[in-house]
Amino acid sequence: MLGFTSYYFGRKKAYTIQSTNKRLTALPQFYGYYLAIWCAIPAFIIYSLWAIFEPTIVKLLILSDYANQGYLDDELNLIYEKTKALSRGQFTGEVTSLIQTSSEKYLNLRSIAQSSKVVIVLCIIIASVAYAYKRISSNNRTREPVEKFFNAVLFTASLAAILTTVGIVFSLIFQTIDFFKVIPLFDFVFGTHWYPAKAFVRDSSEALDPTMYSDTFGAVPIFAGTFFIAFIAMCVAIPIGLMSGIYLAEYASYKVRQYAKPLIEILAGIPTVVYGFFAALTVGPFLKDIGTAMGLEVSAESALAAGGVMGIMIIPFISSLSDDVITSVPQSLRDGSYAMGATKSETIKKVIFPAALPGIVGSILLGVSRAIGETMIVVMASGLAANLTLNPLESTSTITAQIVVILIGDQAFGDPKTQAAFALGMSLFIVTLCLNIVALRVVKKYREKYE
Amino acid sequence: MRKNGVNMIKISAKNVDVFYGKKQALFNINLDIEENQVTALIGPSGCGKSTFLRCLNRMNDVIDICKVQGEIVINDFNINDKGCDVVRLREKIGMVFQKPNPFPKTLYENISYGPTIHGMAQSKQEMDEIVETSLKKAALWEEVKDRLHEPGTGLSGGQQQRLCIARAISVQPEVILMDEPCSALDPIATAQIEELIDELKKEHTIIIVTHSMAQAARVSQRTGFFHLGELIEHGSTDKIFKNPDNTKTQDYITGRFG
Ligand SMILES: Nc1ncnc2c1ncn2[C@@H]1O[C@H](COP(=O)(O)OP(=O)(O)O)[C@@H](O)[C@H]1O
Ligand SMILES: [Mg+2]
Repeated sequence: MLGFTSYYFGRKKAYTIQSTNKRLTALPQFYGYYLAIWCAIPAFIIYSLWAIFEPTIVKLLILSDYANQGYLDDELNLIYEKTKALSRGQFTGEVTSLIQTSSEKYLNLRSIAQSSKVVIVLCIIIASVAYAYKRISSNNRTREPVEKFFNAVLFTASLAAILTTVGIVFSLIFQTIDFFKVIPLFDFVFGTHWYPAKAFVRDSSEALDPTMYSDTFGAVPIFAGTFFIAFIAMCVAIPIGLMSGIYLAEYASYKVRQYAKPLIEILAGIPTVVYGFFAALTVGPFLKDIGTAMGLEVSAESALAAGGVMGIMIIPFISSLSDDVITSVPQSLRDGSYAMGATKSETIKKVIFPAALPGIVGSILLGVSRAIGETMIVVMASGLAANLTLNPLESTSTITAQIVVILIGDQAFGDPKTQAAFALGMSLFIVTLCLNIVALRVVKKYREKYE
Repeated sequence: MRKNGVNMIKISAKNVDVFYGKKQALFNINLDIEENQVTALIGPSGCGKSTFLRCLNRMNDVIDICKVQGEIVINDFNINDKGCDVVRLREKIGMVFQKPNPFPKTLYENISYGPTIHGMAQSKQEMDEIVETSLKKAALWEEVKDRLHEPGTGLSGGQQQRLCIARAISVQPEVILMDEPCSALDPIATAQIEELIDELKKEHTIIIVTHSMAQAARVSQRTGFFHLGELIEHGSTDKIFKNPDNTKTQDYITGRFG
């Protein structure tokens, strides 16, 4: 609010200067921003510092009364907590006179702090605005500081984004390393038995005995399950997604496109949980019934149900990406082909599809990486037992589903079972990262070709 | 086919109107195109030259909102008839565009594209021959004969445009339409294309849209001047440039507007 006011003051002064026929070095708006920044930033800094230090100072002041009376630190802390609780009216225990008085003092201090804070911040605002306002003249530079300020704000934002990502990756890495200190990498990557439940049995007082875990954390069945389900999903998603993409881009009239495109985008916005219970409650039992009717053994939680529904989830993704890619093939190529006497389908098959292929491959890879990272559908529909199977009618499990299984309920940090989740997460991260990098590369190459 | 003086009439446009949606782009165009001659269409931009050119091989079909009325007779057959087979028509009437648009395929595949579609070659050998003759006619063979299997997009602009010409003549069209074929090229490449056009007119009828009057004067025997969707004047290039009947033509030729 004050910022806005000072923006207008700054601009007004600049206009005034301008109207007295002096040339300004920047647009009047810049003077406004300049003043607004001077208004907000010092005050904000002081306010934050105040907010950080106020509780500590108040605590010190209150406890200084009792400092020399031989209380232990813990007791002092207790007194302080009780005081605070009483002041907020949330105290339930017996109110001693000591706490009563200190609570009064606490409230008193707080109100002083409150009002002095307002006064000081206001003073600072006025002082800094006055300083900046004085500095506004026809020839001082406001453009640079303002630009620098925006630069700094944007930089901080991106830095925060990057740092959190890096932090997450590092925590993954360290936990994974810890895991592999107990379980050999070889057993993890090539072992064919995955029973993390076995790790539950361990009594925490027992010493960690690595041999205990042989045949517990062999990740092959989950890797296989993950890729198998993703494969089923892509079998559904690629043909349908691609064909609908081609239809939208080449055949659909403007009207159809106008409605179909947003509709598909809505499909992409359905939460995966919804797909999940669709798979678990509708498709799974349905497949089981059909299978039983045909005399087949079908698990209610089959890889087919999960993969199929996951494929449906990915269809809009592939369809809309390949639509974009095909639409961005230059019209001149189509014209060239039509002018040679090619029909529409010949043109699509022989010119547009090859031209768009890299982009299409890219969108498929992105789709695969989504399929591998998808969690909700598999947790709900594909079962949690890690069978090593290639029968789509049996239940299998995936990396993501296993992470959920492991981390649901109580977990102890530093336990191999918990760390196994990190190791799985790490593998998942590596796979999807590679897929994404390759996909983005391919798409970028494709873009450059038509720039 | 009618005779007109010494030359046969190849294409005859009668009362052609073209609309883009509600907007009329061409008004009652009547124009005869002579066989084995180069006809240049000139006029300020937006006057409908490209639109007229695209009528001749029904390329306006590609644009949803575009409606063409009137008769365009080629080989005694009205191509605006319902019965006209657009695929056959475009086999007979090739087109070269303003911006070189080779397909993102190899040079060889670029040329063999048309013959494959129209089933013109029975064997690999025949196809090789078609590719070679087309490239030779387009004066590109010597430059690219060792790299037939490299992508066509790797050529220079002028080479790409000659590749597109080779692609157009690979199906032995009777007519070649060229829409400002040199506007994206440098003077040397332009000179090469102009030379090529002169060569091609022995076997093909050529219609070229150009914004360069010097080019029209250099390469064409006949010229038509368009202005605001109307064909103002047409006749032999000599007459149009030296002694036009219409003052608008005169003004345009002498550079007073456009
Ligand atoms: N695809 C199109 N949709 C709508 N109007 C068009 C389209 N193409 C051309 N026009 C209009 O038709 C008129 C003639 O265009 P065009 O034939 O391209 O002119 P020229 O080639 O002589 O510069 C112009 O007014 C242009 O705006
Ligand atoms: Mg044009």
